[in-house]
Amino acid sequence: MNDVIHRDCDVLILGGGAAGCVAAVEAKELAPELEVVVMEKAHVYRSGCLAAGISALNAYLHQGETPESFLRYVIRDSVGIVRDDLTLSMAAELNAQVRRVESWGLPIPKDERDRPLKRGRGSIKIFGERIKPILGKRAESSGATILNRVNATGLMMHEGRVVGAYGFGTRDAKLYAVRAKTVLVCTGGAAGLYRPSNPGMASHRMWYSPFNTGAGLAMGIRSGAEMTSFEFRFIPLRIKDAVAPTGEIAQWLGAQQINALGEEYLDKYYAHLGGHSMTTQDRLYATLLERRAGRGPCFLDVRGVNPKRLEGTIAAYLSMAPSSAMIMSDEAYYAQHGGEMAPVEITGGEPLVVGGRLVSGYWIDAQRRASVPGLWAAGDVAGGSPKKYASGAWAEAVLAVRAMVEEARTTQHAPLDAEGLEREHARALQPLAKPGSVSPQDLEERLQKILDEYAGGISRDYGYSEAELKIAKLQLSRMADELASLAAVTPFELMQCHDVIDRVTVARTLIEHMLHRRETRWHCYQERLDYPQRDDARWTVFVNSVRDPDGTVRMVERPVERAHIEVELPELADGAVIRGRY
Amino acid sequence: MGIFVDENLCNRCGTADEPMCVRDCPGDLMFIKDNQKAAIVGNRECWDCAACVKVCPTQAIHMQLPTSMVVRGVELRGRALKHKTVWRIRLRDGTEKDYETPSTGKPPFTPSL
Repeated sequence: MNDVIHRDCDVLILGGGAAGCVAAVEAKELAPELEVVVMEKAHVYRSGCLAAGISALNAYLHQGETPESFLRYVIRDSVGIVRDDLTLSMAAELNAQVRRVESWGLPIPKDERDRPLKRGRGSIKIFGERIKPILGKRAESSGATILNRVNATGLMMHEGRVVGAYGFGTRDAKLYAVRAKTVLVCTGGAAGLYRPSNPGMASHRMWYSPFNTGAGLAMGIRSGAEMTSFEFRFIPLRIKDAVAPTGEIAQWLGAQQINALGEEYLDKYYAHLGGHSMTTQDRLYATLLERRAGRGPCFLDVRGVNPKRLEGTIAAYLSMAPSSAMIMSDEAYYAQHGGEMAPVEITGGEPLVVGGRLVSGYWIDAQRRASVPGLWAAGDVAGGSPKKYASGAWAEAVLAVRAMVEEARTTQHAPLDAEGLEREHARALQPLAKPGSVSPQDLEERLQKILDEYAGGISRDYGYSEAELKIAKLQLSRMADELASLAAVTPFELMQCHDVIDRVTVARTLIEHMLHRRETRWHCYQERLDYPQRDDARWTVFVNSVRDPDGTVRMVERPVERAHIEVELPELADGAVIRGRY
Repeated sequence: MGIFVDENLCNRCGTADEPMCVRDCPGDLMFIKDNQKAAIVGNRECWDCAACVKVCPTQAIHMQLPTSMVVRGVELRGRALKHKTVWRIRLRDGTEKDYETPSTGKPPFTPSL
């Protein structure tokens, strides 16, 4: 095969995003003698979910906060299903990693006592428009080899150990076979599984990166790595259409959430859930309930705000969601020419599998090792530790690399595996090899329709039942033939084929997780219409899965181990009975 | 989804190497056409992160909102300078507003929220 490029290294990093760039720098700083390679499907300067920039770091310990206080906060927010060990070790690294990236050039405004500006609990203001080029350029100058334009497709296995990875060039359609002593997967979460908020030409106007396809999760699933908590889907409450975060408007303009009657509904109707300080998921659920009660839709109240005050919001949006800045500018224009600001409508987006926000992803140990030897996971692919966001991804990358460097120093390369190479060569490049009849767009729409309608998408208000999930499961299994008929002419189309192949792999595991947890732990995020109660006695467990070589998905339950910490969990919205009080 | 290249301004960065919009697109959506001008494979794929808009040295790229989402009429241009990014939003009546966002190094001021 003359279209194969071979390479060997000590530390292989799959994905050059927030976690991957910091991992590369850390590996070269800890062990300059080691060969470090980053495999990145786009270019590290702007790849991943930080491409547009961010205006805050949402995981940071302010003065007075400790890893323990952070843990208490996330246990409550995640209704008990949290890996305390992972959360504590991540939190302990947060501030050091923020200072490190600041030293690389990230502008962080400070108060008169040189402390970062507090933007909320665990959140600081940054000027993050250039955050990804800052990370990418530092990774580039670290001495690590960056393989831009290589889309990872599969893990290289030898006797049950991960010994490298395969990918194809998104420009040259060559197969890259990179042998490694240790492999870190940090390719991000999975967007594009569900039918999105906006139609047609606007279908990629979403909060999470549409280029994060869950490829790293799919690779792990195919290689038998244990996954956790996919059933907890993250659903952002966002400004309608723009799908922009609400915090910028709420904080800059002091805007409250109001219903169509102009009432501040969080306090008026949902005081028992904590009113305006309720958990994120209840805020979304309350917004849906208002509509069902005939009091929707809901808004952020910017009536009476001087349009000039919008300027600060527009500047903040330019650094993170430029299209939202355009929409706000248009609103301000209408306000100036028509008199009054229209209230800004809020609604839920499409569900995502994203471990940087919730607990879904690879099941890992304290050193961020996956269940398959030779493999580590960090950032949005890694489960168990919620609310880590970008700075938590950096912390996790550093923790993983410390263990990887030790292991790489004492590990030998596996022998070359001609058979495995041939298998992945055939699988990865197959869409190019033959005239097929199915386009990746067709299958992506099919996948999104199935999950939207039978697995609790936007059109179903996020709820689902066993009967519906079984239809989804059947229909996804029937996509196998069509996936095998995918056709591509250009390397770009080949990438699109793999995007949908990987998304379907993730979706099939997602359905198994949703079927297994027979309770409603959270509204919207994990809402079983046929099991509307939360059952702490039975279900305070992690629901994990392993795909066996024959393709069947085996479910495993793992206990939640509390680290000497007591937390009162919130009520389930609408007063549903909670059995076996936690 | 919403970027447009002015072919009169695009000079493919004056280089035979990879132009910067092609390099920076997180979805790998930009390419150079036979006429040596930059183009996007399809606006449907665009995340409108504006990476290409900011990095273009001749400001040949601007962003619009998708018509399926809002009525047309707003355009965004920008330029990444060393320590800041400058932006220009053109409103539906043709008036323009300029913004600056700090980008690298020590923040030039300490705003209060």
